[in-house]
Order: sequence, then C-alpha cells, then structure tokens
Amino acid sequence: MVRVRSSAFGSVILVLVALVGAACGGTDPTSSVPLSSGVGSAEPLPTGPVTLVTHDSFWVSEETLAAFTAETGIEVVLRTAGDTGQMVSTAILTAGDPIGDVMFGVDNTFLQRALDADLFESYRSPALVDVPTALQLDPSHRVTPIDFGDVCVNYWIDRFNDGHPAPSTLVDLADPAYADQLVVQNPETSSPGLAFLLATIAEFGDGWEDYWTALRDNGVVVTSGWEDAYYGEFVSGGGDRPIVVSYASSPPAEVIYADPPVDTPPTGVVTDTCFRQVEFAGILAGTTNRLAAEMLVDFLLSPIFQEDIPLSMFVFPALSTAILPPAFMDFVELADDPHVLDPADIEANRNIWTERWTEIVLR
Amino acid sequence: MGTARWVARVLCVVVPAAFLGVFFLYPVGTILVRGLGADGLDRLLGLPGRASFRGVVWFTVWQATVSTLLTVVVALPGAHLLARRRFRGRALFRAATTVPFVLPTVVVGGAFLALFDRFDLVDGPLRATRTVWAILAAHVFFNVAVVLRTVGSFWEGLDHRPEEQARVLGATPWQAFRWVTLPRLWPSIAAASSIVFLFCFTSFGVILILGGPTRATLETEVWRHAVFRGDLASATALAVVQFVAVLAMVVVVNRLQRRRAVGQRPVRRKVPRAGARLLVGNLGLLGAVLGLPVAVLVERSLAADGGWSLRNYAALADRINLLPVSAVGALRNSLLFAIVATGLAVVVGGLASLVVVHGRQAASRAFDLGMMLPLGASAVTLGFGMLIALDEPPLDLRSSRWLVPVAHALVGVPFVMRTVVPTLRSIDRRLREAAATLGASPARVRREVDLPIAARALAVGAGFSFAVSLGEFGATSFLPRNPDRLTAPLALFRLLGTPGETLRGQAMALAVVLMVLTAASVLAIEGWGRRGSVRGDL
Repeated sequence: MVRVRSSAFGSVILVLVALVGAACGGTDPTSSVPLSSGVGSAEPLPTGPVTLVTHDSFWVSEETLAAFTAETGIEVVLRTAGDTGQMVSTAILTAGDPIGDVMFGVDNTFLQRALDADLFESYRSPALVDVPTALQLDPSHRVTPIDFGDVCVNYWIDRFNDGHPAPSTLVDLADPAYADQLVVQNPETSSPGLAFLLATIAEFGDGWEDYWTALRDNGVVVTSGWEDAYYGEFVSGGGDRPIVVSYASSPPAEVIYADPPVDTPPTGVVTDTCFRQVEFAGILAGTTNRLAAEMLVDFLLSPIFQEDIPLSMFVFPALSTAILPPAFMDFVELADDPHVLDPADIEANRNIWTERWTEIVLR
Repeated sequence: MGTARWVARVLCVVVPAAFLGVFFLYPVGTILVRGLGADGLDRLLGLPGRASFRGVVWFTVWQATVSTLLTVVVALPGAHLLARRRFRGRALFRAATTVPFVLPTVVVGGAFLALFDRFDLVDGPLRATRTVWAILAAHVFFNVAVVLRTVGSFWEGLDHRPEEQARVLGATPWQAFRWVTLPRLWPSIAAASSIVFLFCFTSFGVILILGGPTRATLETEVWRHAVFRGDLASATALAVVQFVAVLAMVVVVNRLQRRRAVGQRPVRRKVPRAGARLLVGNLGLLGAVLGLPVAVLVERSLAADGGWSLRNYAALADRINLLPVSAVGALRNSLLFAIVATGLAVVVGGLASLVVVHGRQAASRAFDLGMMLPLGASAVTLGFGMLIALDEPPLDLRSSRWLVPVAHALVGVPFVMRTVVPTLRSIDRRLREAAATLGASPARVRREVDLPIAARALAVGAGFSFAVSLGEFGATSFLPRNPDRLTAPLALFRLLGTPGETLRGQAMALAVVLMVLTAASVLAIEGWGRRGSVRGDL
C-alpha cells in the first residue's frame, strides 16, 4: 500500500521531500516564501512524494492511493493531526511552513477560519466541471470541494409507531409529545453539535433562541461529544433516549457494522433537520511540491477516489458523475433541501451564537 | 578515574536537563510567547476579573483536591496489604490494580455510564450521571494505582520494628499506625498525592464525558479556546494560569516531602500472612471501585451475535475499513512506543533522581521541580508547542516517529522520579557510611548499596511509565503522525466514532486486551526489577 513504506523510511522521506522540494522550487526549504501559484509554470515534473495532511477520520482503500502512485510515480505520504478542529488549529499555527503539501478535510464550519489565516494557495482543478456549484463555496478556488454529508437528527425506529409517529420537523422536537427524548451535543465542544445549532439558526433566523428555550423546556439532554450522545444516551448504545443528533450516514453504518447482521437499519433520519457539511481540500501555502500537490487535488476529485469514499468515510462524493455503492444508496436518505449557512457568517458569529446558546440551554 | 567521575556527574545533569529543555521547556515556552504576544497578556490580566474564570479555577482546584483525598483513603488499606502482608496472588493483585490507569477515558466513561444505568442512578434523587460524583468516582478509579504502588513500595521498605515496639508498649493497631507509621509514610504519600492531584487537575476526558457540558476545568477550557474557538490568546492565558498553579503546587509538595523524609533501611523479617478480614475487606473495596467498571467492559466485549462469544476478539486481527491498521497492529504500535518511552523515562528519570538526591542543593531543587512540570501542562500546550518549536533542523521533529514516545516519556519521568527519589533519600546513611568505612569507593557504595535498593523503585516507576504510555491519548492526538502508527487508544476512539454494534464490540475487546497487556507487562517489568534487587540483597 502507498502509505509510508516502513517506519525506518519515515525520516528519510521527509528529508527527500525537503531536498526535492528545494530542487524543484529552487527555494530554500526552510524559507516560508510561497511559490508562485501560476499553473503550468516552468517547473519540472514532480518526482518526490507529496504529503497529504488530514484528520483522524480519513481513510480510503489501499488500492486507491496506490492507483495515484501507479499513474504519476508520486508517492503519497499521509499525516494526520487529530480531528478537524485540531487539524485546522495546528495548520494555522504552522501557516507558511506547513507540515505537508495538501490538506484534506477542512469543512464549511471551519473554512472561513482557514481562509482568514491564508492557509491555502489558489488552484482551480479541471475536475471541478463535474462538481455542483452549490458545493464550490470559495469563488477564488483556494479550496476544492471533495465530499459532503449531512448532520441530521436520527431516531430509533422501534420506539415509534402509528400512534406515536417519529418526529418529522425541527418544530416537532419541541413538542411535548417528544419530551425527554432528544439528546444533542454541546456546539462548543462537538462538530455535529455545532452543525445542529447552525441548522436551527438557518431555519428560524432570529427565532432560534426561542426555539432552544422550548427545547430546553422539553427536556433536551446535552453531552460534550458525539460518542457520549450516541453510545451513552441514545438507545443504540443502551441508553434511554430515542432521538439523537448524528449523521445522515449513521443508518447505513448501523447496517454494515450490525451484529448480528440486519437487513434494514434500526435508525431513521429526520431529513428536515439536516445541516450540510462540505469537506474541502486545499494546497497548503508554502508547499515545496506545488505541481505534485495539484495532481493530488485532481486525483481527490477523480472517479477512483470519489467512488471509494462513501464506504470508507461515510460521506457523499462531490463529483456528480461518481457511482455510489449499493449498500450506501439503499439506506441513506439525503435531504433535498438541507440547511446551509455562509462560511463567513458562521465564522463571524459562531462564538456569539455558542455563548448565547450556553446561556439559554445550560445555565 | 577522576575524569570519568566528572564526566559521569556532568552526564547525570546534562542528559535530563537537555531532555526537559528541548522537549518541554522550549516548545511550551515558544507557544506561550506566541500566544501572549497575540493579545494573550491582556487576556491574562483580564482573567481574574471574570466570574466565569473564577468559577472554572475554583472547580478545577476543588475537584482535584477532593479526588486526591478520596483516592488516598481508598488506596491506603491496599497499600498496607501489599507492604506488610503476604498472600496468594500478591503480584497479580499489584499488576491488576494498575489496569485502570491505562484505560482510555472514552471507554471508562462508557463503563461508568453503564454502571449508573444498571444501579438505577441515571435519574431521581440518587442521580450520578452528569454530576460531580461521577467525576470523583472516575478519578479514584484511574488513580488508585498511583497511591497503592508508590506508597506500597515505600512502605514495604520501611522498618517495621518501631510499630512493633509501639504495640508492645500498649498502642492499639490504629494508634501505632496513626502515630508511628503514618508520619514515616508521609514522603511517599506526598509524592503519590502530588501526582494524583496533577492528574486530576489536568483531567480532560473524564470531565467532558462524565461531568456533562456545564462543568469545565482549566484544561478543558484551554482546549475549547484553542481548538473550537480558534482563540490562541485566551487559550494561552488560561494555560499560563494552569502552569503557574501547577508550579506552585509542586513547590509546596516538594517542601513538605523534603522536611519529612526519614531514614529507611531494609530489614529482613518474616512477613505475616494476610488475615481473612483484611484481605476480604480490601478486595471488596477495590473490587467495587476498580472491578465493577472493568467487569462491565469485559461483559460488553464478550457480547456478540446476540449472545456471548469471543468473536469481537477474533475480529481484532482484521483490518476494517475505517482504520489504517488492524487493532492488533495498533496494539503493536502502542507497545513499541511504550518500550521506547519507558527506556527514555528510566534513563532520564533515573539520572535526574540521582541529581535530586546527591546533587548540590540548587540543582537538586531545580530538577525536583522541573521534571514534574510535564504532568501539569495541558496536552494542547505541549502538542502545539512541539509543532511550532521543533520545526527547524537539527530539531525538525514535527513528523518524526520519535515525537510520540518522547511526549510519553515526558509524562513517565515524574513517575520514575517519584518512586526512586523517596527511596534513595531514605536509604539509611549509616548503611552507606558502613560501606565507606569498610573501604568502598563512593562509586562502589552507589553500585552496591544505592542501586540494589533503588532498583525496585526504578522498576515500579518503569511499570508506571509503561502504563502511562500505553494509555496516553491527549498529547498523542495533537502530534502529527503517520496514520499507520495509530496507537491502540486512538484506534479505540476511532472505532467508537462510527455507529454499529460490531465496531463497539471490537472497541470493548480492544480495551480489554489493552488492560490484559498492561497487567502482563507490568508484571514482567516488576519481576525483572525484583530479580535485580535480590541479586544485591544485603
């Protein structure tokens, strides 16, 4: 497989990255001057490995990255640095002197922060022609959309029936019929928690504060993270609450990783509650291997990569021509009209919103 | 000869100093300077005026203090059992009680939630979920081993005759303990408590998972500001407060410990067999505190296919789609890291202990204090600091595979020192004088008197350091890594990050394997240490 070969080579490869980078770019590898971002400039063809910085949740099949190497002769070195928030924070700390060439995994809730810190160099991939414009959130192409997924309210199907139907809207969740049933995550410490708060803000505008007051009065439980919500409070992990904030892709995972095997997922998705998260890749400013970085971004949008990610990362490919695997298609419900917010709005207001939220819900 | 001794002395000082300086002080200093420059100084000065900040500080100190006291109370009877009685399965008992120490907080959090569920403590007047009681219980669970072992190994070497004399003179067992044993145990209790306090003070996962969203400590606030709010200035200001508090605490404890150090010399005697009451009482207490959550984990790891089976364990060898390596591969990585980290910690901690005990006063104090600091620095501070400080040759270690074991060793060193220093200090001076009078050179005294006695303490410290490394999550997750070198706790966290019963079952199986592995390695490390001390028995 492509990842760094054996442990002994790790440091050698890094030295090589630096040397090759210096040779290709003609700059001192320790300097932080970004190379020209002009596509097709007179740089020689890249030969050295390209480093992809990503979050802990990144994984694709072994064959996928091998295909890139087979095609280009360029090896891909992976570097993970925690979850998305950690990854962006560390990238901001090392802006201009990045630990890799391409970053994958920054999403629309963190996008503006990354852009404000000048983390990326512009690059317009030719593959973007097959990517819906709704996903292309940065007009100057400093980042390229790679995949998307929805954060939605999930429910445990068995706990509902004709007499007591599952909730179907955000408003339902505040209905006394669903009192003491919902568990959400703290938006100050959890990414899906933040996405759900953003969904309510997108839906209710200024009325979001009243909505959350109603949720609190209806007995919402708040956890710090997704794991303690899903495995601690939600029915799936042995908890008591049948409604939880999770992902649109959670039901297929419940089938694929079921024990004993099942034919249909035990959970359903309330599509009216979904907030769309888009994940992007960008070429890190200060890369010493710009051309290889461009080739890698193109590859991330190629069918071979795009068709691999649904079952390895449980998200949807950005490429509209990608073919989805059946196991994924059968059980996943994608919202027709998910909630969205402008990344600049999110960044400008998130601390204000989460502070207000804390006052309303937790105090 | 003279030159060799001089070189040895210099090495004793330089190696630990360089290790701490390069891998801790420099990175942490760099990040603090960066953060304070970016507005952090203003934030720092503004902090005391904010009620929310005062609340966080108060809760941090309060929960750490109470957790420490409870841990000592729960562990002392067990330490007595280990030190003063012999019973079947004693070595196993020692190893087993270390197990909680390595368990990832996500898993323990889950086990506690399940326990509360089982005992109906989720709602009603006895609600434990999302309360401070849950936090305290988990802290005791995690840290009992620290007191049990640090105090236990010290107590074992303590002369038992004064107590017997007191008993002959008519003291009750309690009086003998209170007025004769306890004062002499003080250095080790202080050492253990200081470590437990630091762990609780900087506790992270337990607070988040079990305390619920309203409880925050300095550590969780640093993380929240740095990662979620992208506010390095505020994060740094809070990190400085935490750092200073830890520094002050360590100074105080070191003072106390120094003042109360007492002479100790190994005395041979026949250790009495443990009485049934003592044994049952201890096993009952520790069984409840440590055993119940572990039992829940084991039960969950065996639940598969709607019944009981070992399938979750068999599945650990397969690589599933979500992880770059199989769980077994992750365990192998963890073991490798732990071996390297323990090696580093033993060398650095052992040398530093020599300086603390035999060095000049200034050096002694500085080392005693300095090497403790990594316990009190937040994982965010250390991880971020390493990232921005160690980025240029010759120290371009940002992507080096050494970074993780080095970070683990930083936390392991204090454990080595906290067990070795009190032991070295308490070696009876008369013993060494006798050796010198009989013509032994200082080096020979060190080799033949100090070393054999210190070897057991060194082994206990090494065992701890190994366990710390196996279970470390926070700092590891902040360091850039090759995904192939996933550690077991990180793999566990990933397994729990996606819905599905098989993944959860595997996560539980992985946790149990991690526990067994810890117990086994601690057993092995200590067995080796014991042989060392037997060889040099006086």
